[in-house]
Amino acid sequence: MSAPDTAAPLAAPSQVQAELLGSRPPLRDRAFRLALFISLTIGVVTLAVLIAYVTIKGWPRLNSTLWTNMPSIRRPERAGAQSAITGTLWVIGFTALFALPTGILAALHLEEFSKPNGRFQRLVEVNIQNLAAVPSIVYGILGLAFFARALALGQSVITASLTLSLLILPIVIISTREALRAVPRNIRDGSLALGATEWQTAYRQTLPAAIPGIATGVILALSRAIGEAAPLLLLGAVTFITFNPTGPLSGYTTLPIQIFNWTKDSREEFQILASATIVLLLVLLLAMNFAAILIRNRTQKRW
Amino acid sequence: MADEPIELQLTHDLTSGRAQQVSDEVNNVVFTLQDLRVSYGDYQAVRQVSLTIAKSEITAFIGPSGCGKSTLLRSFNRMNDLIPGAKVEGLLAYHGIDIYGPDVDPIEVRRKIGMVFQKPNVFPKSIYDNVAYGPRVNHIKANMDDLVEECLTKAALWDEVKDDLKKSAYALSGGQQQRLVIARCIAVRPEVILMDEPCASLDPIATAKIEDLMRQLALEYTILIVTHNMQQAARVSDRTAFFTAELDDNGVRHGRLVEYGPTRQIFSAPQDKRTEDYISGRFG
Repeated sequence: MSAPDTAAPLAAPSQVQAELLGSRPPLRDRAFRLALFISLTIGVVTLAVLIAYVTIKGWPRLNSTLWTNMPSIRRPERAGAQSAITGTLWVIGFTALFALPTGILAALHLEEFSKPNGRFQRLVEVNIQNLAAVPSIVYGILGLAFFARALALGQSVITASLTLSLLILPIVIISTREALRAVPRNIRDGSLALGATEWQTAYRQTLPAAIPGIATGVILALSRAIGEAAPLLLLGAVTFITFNPTGPLSGYTTLPIQIFNWTKDSREEFQILASATIVLLLVLLLAMNFAAILIRNRTQKRW
Repeated sequence: MADEPIELQLTHDLTSGRAQQVSDEVNNVVFTLQDLRVSYGDYQAVRQVSLTIAKSEITAFIGPSGCGKSTLLRSFNRMNDLIPGAKVEGLLAYHGIDIYGPDVDPIEVRRKIGMVFQKPNVFPKSIYDNVAYGPRVNHIKANMDDLVEECLTKAALWDEVKDDLKKSAYALSGGQQQRLVIARCIAVRPEVILMDEPCASLDPIATAKIEDLMRQLALEYTILIVTHNMQQAARVSDRTAFFTAELDDNGVRHGRLVEYGPTRQIFSAPQDKRTEDYISGRFG
């Protein structure tokens, strides 16, 4: 072998060039990208138009009277949504109180303690997935029959909270399970290999490691509950309420219900008021979703 | 893993006297295995393993992939219990007691027989809390600060982390993490440490540190190590068990113990042709 000959003839450049440039028609590529872009635009533009519309329409009433004043039928120009705001907070607070521990413990049982792929687990799993797909109005019927009538809790904050808890329970369970599943197996193995019990492992390793994921899922579930009107309509929340709830058994109204009531009214002032309240509800929901994103980003998984 | 032939280097390592000169017979027995079989469902991963493991020695399990050596290692602290469908048959006695006996608590077994895994699986906690975790869950009464220092010192990590005990264990390098896992393991005062390819994800320098550490720890603990790296087995272990994967009469692949003896003998004068082929790099 002689020394490497630097002057080796290169392959015909034109041929290489032809190969590198490729011969696939770019048309299909572009058409596909266009389809993706249009789909994205439909969603984003619709939302933007909606937000712009309600903001512009509700602008005159987007001031402090919205949360300092109570609803009023006779004097729309002075009506506010205070009782609906406090009602929403009461209902959501109790919903969180009922749904979170139940959902998280249920998910922990399914994910960490029951036999994987056992008959019981599969049965429960299918059930939970189906429950998540049940229309919310059906939960309203259940709440009316069971909590309001059978348990005689009536048209109270507690009835609404229990009903909404059932509604979001499947979402809490599913998202908690996802978060638990994302915790690597080797962390559990490491804990068990040190002589920790399964309960200690779940409580001291898996659950804390899954908390960011759980928090994200839980906030999203609660923001779903905040926006719900259908089941509450059935539970008799439509009544005209001009007072803040005073306790779990108190009467209440919520933001979606108040919006529903006002949009039913033909007077223009109430339409404006409804738009302003929609903006308020949207801000609340966006804030919650933002908090969820914040939690997720601040506690990036490190494994 | 077809390593380069290692016989020359091996002689060097053994004559340098890093491994103890062990007798052919196992005298101070910690584990006795008789016809041990581990299976997953219908599949028998490893069959007919009979051997004894000596106290305060390093025993290496070597062999090609799929020979069941990791599976076998996980049987020693009942980690296989956690895999659905896994079954251990035959006898695996620890100081004469069958650890798969009806009254034996796997939690207690795992306290006595610690484990270090292939990938450093530190907990998402501080360095301090990683070490303190084992003693806490086992309700070991001790001055935790002293215990943490003692274990980190034994794991040759104290000098590197003593000012950062509150920092996340994830801030450590891979080799440091693996030494932290070892510190965490000895914090529950086990008698045996199982190591499942502890250096598989580490660079040569970190590997050398772990190997030094293993020789140190062998003064106090009985160590079982699974390794793909034959030089490692030759360097650190006192005794070596060579496993291979074979097809039985029905064409089912399973792991089998081929040869077991002092490392010096396995590497310099293997009795079995398959062992010789494997350690000389002709197969595996």
